[in-house]
Amino acid sequence: MIHFENVTKRYPGGYEGLSNTSFHITAGEMVFLTGHSGAGKSTLLRLIGLLERCTRGQVRVCGRNLAKIKRSQIPYHRREVGMIFQDHRLLNDRTVFDNVAMPLVVAGLRHQEISRRVRASLDKVGLLNRERAYPITLSGGEQQRVGIARAVVSKPPVVLADEPTGNLDPTLSQEIMDLFTQFNQVGVTLLIATHDLGLISNMGKRILTLSHSRLMRDTAASRS
Amino acid sequence: MNRRHLNTWLLRHLQVALASLGRLCRAPLATLMTVAVIGIALALPTGMHVALSNIQQLAGGWDGTATLSLFLKQEVGEKQAMQLADRLRVHPQLATVQLIDPDLALEEFQRLSGFEGALQALKKNPLPTVLVIEPHPQQSTPEAAEALLAEFNQLTEVDFTQLDLQWVRRFHAITEIAQRGVMVIGLLLGLAVLLIVGNTIRLEIQNRKSEIEVTKLIGGTDAFIRRPFLYNGFWYGLSGGILAWLLVTLSLWALNEPVERLAGLYHSEFDLSAIDGQTLGFLLLGSTLLGLFGSWIAVGRHLSSIEPS
Repeated sequence: MIHFENVTKRYPGGYEGLSNTSFHITAGEMVFLTGHSGAGKSTLLRLIGLLERCTRGQVRVCGRNLAKIKRSQIPYHRREVGMIFQDHRLLNDRTVFDNVAMPLVVAGLRHQEISRRVRASLDKVGLLNRERAYPITLSGGEQQRVGIARAVVSKPPVVLADEPTGNLDPTLSQEIMDLFTQFNQVGVTLLIATHDLGLISNMGKRILTLSHSRLMRDTAASRS
Repeated sequence: MNRRHLNTWLLRHLQVALASLGRLCRAPLATLMTVAVIGIALALPTGMHVALSNIQQLAGGWDGTATLSLFLKQEVGEKQAMQLADRLRVHPQLATVQLIDPDLALEEFQRLSGFEGALQALKKNPLPTVLVIEPHPQQSTPEAAEALLAEFNQLTEVDFTQLDLQWVRRFHAITEIAQRGVMVIGLLLGLAVLLIVGNTIRLEIQNRKSEIEVTKLIGGTDAFIRRPFLYNGFWYGLSGGILAWLLVTLSLWALNEPVERLAGLYHSEFDLSAIDGQTLGFLLLGSTLLGLFGSWIAVGRHLSSIEPS
């Protein structure tokens, strides 16, 4: 599902965000990406979402070589990759419903279909009763769940999360992780960047550890 | 594109158009200011154009036909004048010959000019007999008219001749300059409208930066992101055009009474005419296109610079 072959990302000025990294994530896997701040976690995720392009090597997602995707085709690639952010990036002038509906509106779905799928998605993250609320009135954990609902509402095969629990307390963090596990169980491929080793160590999932822009360790899943 | 696709496509455009209109209505003051600037900028050339076409209409009665006036010598009697008129009536190049009797002319002059008292003090009618001649339409080119003029100057009865075409031509030349001026002003103000809309849309893009970023992140195409801004420009242009129309109509209405009074003083039936359908259509189409084009420029320049980070 996600292939990295000798991928290097060098920024102007010579700094390498990612150096000669190779790994392969198969469909339906749930993988954690960890490492200290600035180790290259975000760079790696940004390459998958085509927020950036790699300098050398090859990135393939869903069988497509990302280097071959033209600028005008990027939106269609991003519809296949749900993205979740530490700061959730919700729009505060729109209701929870409208925020979650955005990927479906963008994809041009019909109104009834949008309503149905947004409600299903909000139900899954336990916020169906807050669909008319504005994000600013929700707690941090709830806001993050809205962000997750938005990322999965269009049922993308791949979901990326960049420090999704960065601002949350341990209980809320655990709830978010449970949510991800549920999505994984229905076949979604997940790549979650986090530096909260305590949270993920006993989940038994595969862990990629980055250090100084290189892949240091690839710990296989202990149980599935 | 099959029928269902076309329908959903139209529906989506309608939704975006209405959403854009709703967004503009929710910030009435800011919207009104932009629309007012556009409206005033467009009302100026439109108003000048309408004023000019009114003036041209006023002169329209003399348009095209050249009339020659032959002023006969004082010593030419009534009978002689009539003979001359009869002679000219069989002239192959002339359409009509009208004889103006000096007594009738004096009477009319007294009636219209308001110099009654002064004219009555005269012992003798100073007005000569005049023959007003209209050439055949195919002879009414300035060159042909001038040839006729030279011919009539040779007649012994004629004191002097006057070609009434002259001032019509001068008048045409003046209105042509004015028209060119209106066009230049219109172009400049059209450019101003383009910049106003462009700048307004640029500010809107800045204000909605995070929304654009998020839309790009979740796979919104450039066309999708561009659309609401283009509709904003469309609405700005259209409502600016409508406001310009209202402003010109109001000004004409305010001018109508004094103009009528002035026309009355000249015993004229002249009536100020409002914006005609063609001008209105051109104004609304032009303003809408300016709005669209202005936002297109702004969107093209600024949208690509906003990339999610």
